[in-house]
Amino acid sequence: MAGSAEYTGVDFYDIDSLLSEEERAVRDTVRQWVSDALIPVIGTAYDEGRFPKQLIPGMAELGLFGANLPEEYGCAGLNNVAYGLIMQELERGDSGIRSFASVQGALVMYPIFAFGSDEQKQHWLPKLASGEEIGCFGLTEPDFGSNPAGMITTARETSDGWVLNGTKMWITNGSQATVAIVWAKTGDIDDAKGIRGFIVPTNTPGFTGKDQKGKLSLRASDTSELHLQDVHLPKDAILPKSAGIKSPLMCLTQARYGIAWGGVGAAMACYDEARRYAMNRVMFGRPIAATQLQQERLAEMLTEITKGQLLALQLGRLKDQGKATPSRVSLAKRNNVNMACEIAREARRLLGANGILVEYHSMRHLANLESVYTYEGTHDMHSLILGQEITGIAAY
Amino acid sequence: MKIAVCIRRVPDTTAKIVIAAAGTAIDPAGVKFVPNPYDEFALEAAIALKEQAGDGETVAVAFGPDSVQETLRTALAMGIDRAVHLQGEPSADGLANARVLVSHLKDGGYDLVLFGKLAVDDYGQQTGAMVAELLERPCATAIAELEVQGGTVKVMREIEGGTEGATCALPAVLTCDKGLNNPRLPSLKGIMAAKKKPLDVTPASVEGAQATVVSLALPPERPAGRIVGEGAAAVPALLEALTSEAKVL
Repeated sequence: MAGSAEYTGVDFYDIDSLLSEEERAVRDTVRQWVSDALIPVIGTAYDEGRFPKQLIPGMAELGLFGANLPEEYGCAGLNNVAYGLIMQELERGDSGIRSFASVQGALVMYPIFAFGSDEQKQHWLPKLASGEEIGCFGLTEPDFGSNPAGMITTARETSDGWVLNGTKMWITNGSQATVAIVWAKTGDIDDAKGIRGFIVPTNTPGFTGKDQKGKLSLRASDTSELHLQDVHLPKDAILPKSAGIKSPLMCLTQARYGIAWGGVGAAMACYDEARRYAMNRVMFGRPIAATQLQQERLAEMLTEITKGQLLALQLGRLKDQGKATPSRVSLAKRNNVNMACEIAREARRLLGANGILVEYHSMRHLANLESVYTYEGTHDMHSLILGQEITGIAAY
Repeated sequence: MKIAVCIRRVPDTTAKIVIAAAGTAIDPAGVKFVPNPYDEFALEAAIALKEQAGDGETVAVAFGPDSVQETLRTALAMGIDRAVHLQGEPSADGLANARVLVSHLKDGGYDLVLFGKLAVDDYGQQTGAMVAELLERPCATAIAELEVQGGTVKVMREIEGGTEGATCALPAVLTCDKGLNNPRLPSLKGIMAAKKKPLDVTPASVEGAQATVVSLALPPERPAGRIVGEGAAAVPALLEALTSEAKVL
């Protein structure tokens, strides 16, 4: 096997010395949990195409859901660097498991925290933190991916509440969620300012979530299609402080921030596997690590990982100072996920024929990262967000 | 019940060890330090005993330089109630170190004092039993099961070829072996809570140490393996090597 039991991370630039003792403790706890609980089951789960549900209680017990939200809601109240390190370590295991935690924390708990009423926060956040409730986030639609403001899901106000109609697609956790945050237009179909968020218990009549089949990526994660047909909700189902397309985009900024760290974790896993394999695999009478071609591969990986680590860390420090603007988050998501894709591919190649087997990790990461490259703002959209930041001209 | 757990800070067993220039200590630069793995069994046992009882107090105690405070905070993050740092430089003399621990433990009112059975860095295996002796309390070493019934502890020890059950009266000193339990990871909330738990620092120093470390050496590098051939044709050569060279057959 790929020696994950002895995984000790990658830290060429003594970046540990830039972390507080508490940040390192959080990272080490999650790293250990990933080695002990996640790595042993992930290959089979991926192969069978199912989310390893048995991990949820352990994740909740450690406090991985919404870990950067306040303690009064049953969360750990961590700073954003510690939160990022959690995402890094989870994605060292698998992007699908990190996605699960990202959705629960950044896309379900965060909007309730940021846009919800006190009653909504007190009711939902502790249950989501403890894993008693599982959430999903319904923004993307079949015809509105990079352009979510064009959505056609509607919420019509009635005398006693709301009626929602529409279809959402590519929804992580959709089929197993007990509650969905659904974004819908409350006004004119061309009016993006009328977009509001709703808390929808998934057992509400008219709500269905079905898994999308045939995925070749994120196979250890449920990805679903949500149908809302005349879903009647009470008046207090609306997130009162949500206001226009800006609100779901704020959630995405939270999630993208975690993904920028996650990319580093996946890249570290692939580099670690490639390095060990190169040292042990003997060909032509010596380890393949003794060849210049593989050394160049490993040197490139270590360089890019080190750059990505510093990028993520400084972004985290900026976020703790309230300075992680959406375009700064775009830069890190774009760079780090692309970097991870490249490293996963090179690691897979270094592993030769063994690299296509599920008992090694690099090809699973490689396949996963193609989704991560595409979701939460495609790589191309982040280029355009940065382009607009640089020039002041929106090219999309 | 009031329980003390005496813990050590040791290099991670996967760390690459370099001996410092003086030749009597390891170079700590770049080495990751962790709580001694056997001490984690003791910490888990203390936390679980308190959870079962529903009341009581658990205290982690460490003798060492300021760096042991990180190890103490790991214990607090796991769920230990408070920590005592006996601040000073331990010696190579187990008895002298035991005396420092006893200076705190003797008046602490502890019903139970737990240790790991050994520290994985120096394999001294002295301190727990010596503390019991100095405190004039019963001691069971390397326990793999533990049960407290009223004023008595029942333990099981794994011995050569079997197990040994033993009982002793409280207060007692026990050293813990692998298999006793499955130590929990510190939760994220536990890590945050640890910052707010009391960690008392008391200066301490060894007196009358009679042993000193003269030299440290790394084990010699193992010679590279030898491939005697491939497939079925290699079997005779392999048998020959195992019989006449390695003499294991």
